[in-house]
Amino acid sequence: MRYLPLDDADRADMLAKIGVKAIDDLFADVPNAKLLKSLPPLAKTQSEIAVEREIGRLSARNVSAGSVPFFVGAGAYRHHVPASVDHLIQRSEFLTSYTPYQPEITQGTLQYLFEFQSQVALLTGMDVANASMYDGSTACGEAVLMAHRITRRKKAVLSGGLHPHYRAVTETLAKWGDTAVAELPPDPQGKEDAAAAIDGETSCVVVQYPSVYGSIRDLKPIADAAHAKGALLVVVVTEVVALGALKSPGDMGADIVVCEGQSIGNGLNFGGPYVGLFATREKFVRQMPGRLAGETVDAEGKRGYVLTLSTREQHIRREKATSNICTNSGLCALAFTIHMTLLGEAGLRKLAALNHANACDLAERLGKVKGVSVLNDTFFNEFTVRLPGKAADVIEKLAERHILGGVPVSRLEPDHPELADLILVASTEINTDDDRAAFAAALKEVL
Amino acid sequence: MAMNTQGRPTAPGTATIAEIQTFTGNRGLDHEEPLIFEIGDTGRTGVDLPAAPKAKSRLGGLERSAEIGLPGLTEPETMRHYVRLSRKNYAIDSGLYPLGSCTMKHNPRLNEKMARLPGIGDIHPLQPQSTVQGAIQLMETLARYLMELTGMPAVALSPKAGAHGELCGMLAIKAAHEAKGSKRDVVLVPDSAHGTNPATAAFMGYRVKSIPAMADGTVSAEAVKAALGPDVAAIMLTNPNTCGLFEREIVEIAKVVHEAGAYFYCDGANFNAIVGKVRPGDLGVDAMHINLHKTFSTPHGGGGPGAGPVVLSAALAPYAPLPFIRKDGDKLTLVEDASEAGDAAPFGRLTAFHGQMGMYVRALTYMLSHGSDGMRQASEDAVLSANYIRASLKDVMSQPFGGPTGDRPCMHEVLFDDTWLKDTGVTTLDFAKAMIDEGYHPMTMYFPLVVHGAMLIEPTESESKQSLDQFIGTLRFLANEARHGNDKSRFKEAPMLSPRRRLDETKAAREPRLRWRPAAAKAAAE
Repeated sequence: MRYLPLDDADRADMLAKIGVKAIDDLFADVPNAKLLKSLPPLAKTQSEIAVEREIGRLSARNVSAGSVPFFVGAGAYRHHVPASVDHLIQRSEFLTSYTPYQPEITQGTLQYLFEFQSQVALLTGMDVANASMYDGSTACGEAVLMAHRITRRKKAVLSGGLHPHYRAVTETLAKWGDTAVAELPPDPQGKEDAAAAIDGETSCVVVQYPSVYGSIRDLKPIADAAHAKGALLVVVVTEVVALGALKSPGDMGADIVVCEGQSIGNGLNFGGPYVGLFATREKFVRQMPGRLAGETVDAEGKRGYVLTLSTREQHIRREKATSNICTNSGLCALAFTIHMTLLGEAGLRKLAALNHANACDLAERLGKVKGVSVLNDTFFNEFTVRLPGKAADVIEKLAERHILGGVPVSRLEPDHPELADLILVASTEINTDDDRAAFAAALKEVL
Repeated sequence: MAMNTQGRPTAPGTATIAEIQTFTGNRGLDHEEPLIFEIGDTGRTGVDLPAAPKAKSRLGGLERSAEIGLPGLTEPETMRHYVRLSRKNYAIDSGLYPLGSCTMKHNPRLNEKMARLPGIGDIHPLQPQSTVQGAIQLMETLARYLMELTGMPAVALSPKAGAHGELCGMLAIKAAHEAKGSKRDVVLVPDSAHGTNPATAAFMGYRVKSIPAMADGTVSAEAVKAALGPDVAAIMLTNPNTCGLFEREIVEIAKVVHEAGAYFYCDGANFNAIVGKVRPGDLGVDAMHINLHKTFSTPHGGGGPGAGPVVLSAALAPYAPLPFIRKDGDKLTLVEDASEAGDAAPFGRLTAFHGQMGMYVRALTYMLSHGSDGMRQASEDAVLSANYIRASLKDVMSQPFGGPTGDRPCMHEVLFDDTWLKDTGVTTLDFAKAMIDEGYHPMTMYFPLVVHGAMLIEPTESESKQSLDQFIGTLRFLANEARHGNDKSRFKEAPMLSPRRRLDETKAAREPRLRWRPAAAKAAAE
């Protein structure tokens, strides 16, 4: 087996040194009756060629985003990732290293995490950010738990513009962690009054910016309303490129900002691995979950970085930890920080402008198709379209015409038949004029 | 002196060992690398994008006006920055990485290639399921392999890491109790458990009750039985445990746990010791997470992303989270909403979308490459290598649970304590740091907490005998120096040859500097 360096002669020598006769002597603590007498009924060792063929066959049965005009978003976006990003994250020293427990020999990881944290803090307009979370949705759940700890209250208000999966994750944690959520109904028009739902029990109100339906609202009034009642504002961003064009949540009074960072540096990957961004105010840092890299000096006085404030974490605090989280999304955070460094502020702003312009163009084209209307007054690179009929069927028909035309809202909100005629449509920098024209033409055809 | 054909000497002659101060602060290949904030600026970019066509803004008057402050670099500058950073990292590809409980095995590059196939890496989680049948098939195949290797009838794939898997398994247990109307509120956790176990239980509102281990490092069924009662919901037990030992009373433990109406959660962090040898399902386990980034070789990536699928017993299977796969003839469906779950009663959703596809494909590639025979061989080699290290060091280092002669077999990791360092002035930390100067990543230190000055060594199956012998030779040399050497500076000052010396962690915690700030840069320059 090509991955196993020991051969039978080595094994025999080693058994002799250990002083046992057979390998199973080392498994003596396993109840004998439970030791497997034969191999599991699975295929045996295969060559690279054979494995590549098998996985390749599975891959070929999927329609890849790059092979068709592609407009699917709703929390995961197809952006162009520069070739150098994937090359760099595959450097052995990044790919095959582990959590930087030994800072003397992991300064590479620690420094990029420190840079990552700095970029995330700047982008969100917050004081500090952690070294990343599993993804945006779990970061959202953790943000709510953190708000409970800070306010010593137990109820979160969830906006109807929050991604339904994020809502479900937060609900799951609440249901089994003995806290409460107050959910506002789905808000495709972006007109809800979340402030009215805040009361003296509310620990935080969670709003998405732009909302899952694409609309963009000033967060200042909701921040003020939350603060007036002693609650926090948690802002969720699922399309982080939007922050290249929009005012930061921090500027509008957010207390915790969580983002799905996939858009920068990371591919679609059928939903994961992604990277959760988590940022907050300085005064809340000791209530923050997750890893943190911090600056210090070494024994010679040279600047260096370490994991810090770990007294919040499970390996020290055990049952008193701020979270059970033990890992972050290191390599995805690396991809994010490299791509962000390549973009720089100038590139990010240009990228955001291009996304917005492409989406504006698509909204105009789709709005002209008979029977189709665009719901949003405001949006960044994604918006909601009303169709004259069941949206899921239309999306299937478009797929038959080799166009991946967005997400039917019914897939995210199956319990809301009144939303069954809506689709979420995204257009990023990857779409060409031809792609958008083809989408509009095909939509006209299938309706 | 020998000369080459150009008249230059071919040997360096005699050199004195000199510690010179260089002008740059660099030392040969080891470059001092500033922060991106100190070398880039907001106007520079490494990405060429077309200008956006003029369009009426639909941003609702919320355009960002002030500068963000994000520095950019061109591509060559970017390459250099990150390549220089990378060279400050230790990695499996550069050396043995004996971090106990972490399973730092080789990460096959075929895994990476497969994860980047367009039909795997470039598909969206919400595109029509009719366009991703191959992807769902891949998930289904992985699920089948995991069930077969563990002897369990169900698996929840979506947890994003080991601790997330623990949460998943424990939520299924809580849901199962609730369905029976039982209000149990205690979870039993042995002293030697990973910190994530009590943290997970406490998060869910359970009271954590500690179980002491026996003198031999394992948990007795008797101790578990004594702790069980009508208020106990579950036990969380790691097997093989964090002392590197197989819990020999595990079958009895499962029996008494079930008799008391509780469930058995097994932490599967150490599954690499037993793949193809024994199935947790045959031992009476109800739920166990599997760290794909440990046992099934998906890269650790500097700390994630991981993946922590959870296998479940028939009793817990109905409560598995959304989404799950339903098979209807040839057609596979990902059930994404409770309203479509039919007879199942999912406890909820743990993450957006479907979990860590990028890790599923890497793990499945590993499984297909190894095959059943290769996986069993890998576990045997991992256990053999750990025992070879144990047998080769037992006369110079002390084992807390090695028995009177140090001959008690361990599983895939071997645990030493610091008894042997008594009165030497050298601590476990010093010893570990000295390994860095010898070119090794230290072992896991001071864990498990139940052993004083613990050193937990897990070589994995990826090391050749030469590599193991060199490692053993190094540790024997260091052990001898620690015990009999006159100059302890090799330990007390270590590491001396790494990119950084020991770092001041107290300062980092007392004066937290968690991000770059313009003012800090200015102060530093003054």
